[in-house]
Amino acid sequence: MPYDPGLVWTQPGGLMSVISRGFFGRRPQVDDPSRLPPGQYLTAGFPVLSAGPTPRTRLDEWTFQIRGLADPSRSWSWEEFTALPTETVTVDIHCVTKWSKFDTVWTGVSLDSLLDGVATGEARFITAFCDGGYTTNLPLEEVTGGQAWVAYQYDGEPLDPQHGGPARFLVPHLYFWKSAKWVRGLELHIEDKAGFWETYGYHNHGDPWREQRYSGD
Amino acid sequence: MAGTAILGRLNWLAAKVTEVRSETERVRSIVFECPGWDGHMAGQHVDVRLTAEDGYQAQRSYSIGSAPEDDHLVLTVERLQDGEVSPYLVDVLQADDQLEMRGPIGRYFVWEESMGGPLLMIAGGSGIVPFRAMLRHRVAAHSAVPTRLLYSARSFDEVIYREELAGLAAYDEIDIRFTLTRAQPIGWKGYSRRIDREMLAEVSWPPEERPLVYICGPTSFVETAAGSLVDLGHDPTLIRTERFGPTS
Repeated sequence: MPYDPGLVWTQPGGLMSVISRGFFGRRPQVDDPSRLPPGQYLTAGFPVLSAGPTPRTRLDEWTFQIRGLADPSRSWSWEEFTALPTETVTVDIHCVTKWSKFDTVWTGVSLDSLLDGVATGEARFITAFCDGGYTTNLPLEEVTGGQAWVAYQYDGEPLDPQHGGPARFLVPHLYFWKSAKWVRGLELHIEDKAGFWETYGYHNHGDPWREQRYSGD
Repeated sequence: MAGTAILGRLNWLAAKVTEVRSETERVRSIVFECPGWDGHMAGQHVDVRLTAEDGYQAQRSYSIGSAPEDDHLVLTVERLQDGEVSPYLVDVLQADDQLEMRGPIGRYFVWEESMGGPLLMIAGGSGIVPFRAMLRHRVAAHSAVPTRLLYSARSFDEVIYREELAGLAAYDEIDIRFTLTRAQPIGWKGYSRRIDREMLAEVSWPPEERPLVYICGPTSFVETAAGSLVDLGHDPTLIRTERFGPTS
């Protein structure tokens, strides 16, 4: 028997949604609504989402590596890494769990400068690898050209472990799980390899403007 | 119904409320009929989308409180102060109302009978919801996996699924313990403090038994529980966490 969808709202594209009786919503208090991707809401807090315990890596044991199809491969100690030229960027971030946060301020090293002088050959993809065993995959062309950083300060302060400290990936144009916490390096590949959340049902690419939340979106 | 099934895509489905149940003053369970729902694993969540008459929409994620074997999908929702969606779900929604759902979502914070155990669940507040799904799944699947739940709530009145948990605790090999952090009834025999390492050492199996650990609750609760278990020697890769709530 066909299911009666009741009242529907027809979107400009022709898709229909059922209307929820008595729902008015608290419209986003956003000066510029075009900054908020579809299905997101603005938050002032900074929610934490992680699949497991927060790793605690000593800074004297921390390194950041570039390996795989990198020629030469690279490795920096914490001291060396934090002596690299930094950039401070102000960006909007968007979590797949629906919150967005505007004007977050991060300081770190751009991927462009980390990859400077590294021949990447046939590599088209990277896997960021992290303490705790997490990985995430991204196309190389989406982390170069001023699009990605390894950030170790948030709002001018050392990055809190809960938020990925000592250092996390920052790729603000994709959903925030791609900005892997506790990052320890990246591996260059010819083929794309699904990372942690990408294996557990989340989208391989994760563009918030195309609402690529889950596999198949 | 909206949309056509595209292979592999999670489509929005119209869901109808069949029943609402008050769990505590701030928490309500909502029972849904959701034609086209393709099943889920215990521990997964669902995206809920509300549409206002003028087309404005809001989406949020909620843990599923029902087992895969249950006839209906159940969400248990806590009213958040200043929330946009949760006050509607807790205070306004009633039987025969409709909303849209998309899921199930997440394949990591799940427990299936085939994964074995021992199974250790640690819940803070409304973090109990996915564990109701796991416990009900365990019972429905006739699993004999040794199971323990440590549930932290502020007071007895704020314990969600109180009667159901009492019934589940009567099963062999299901051990449920409570800690009430703010107020305790007279004669209370459970714990009366925030979770700490000592409590976790008492409740959990020794690390050598390699229990599968699931922790769900507010961020600070999860940080304490997960950090303490790692300190006690548990393998971090066996500890799955789900956190909610903002941090400053």
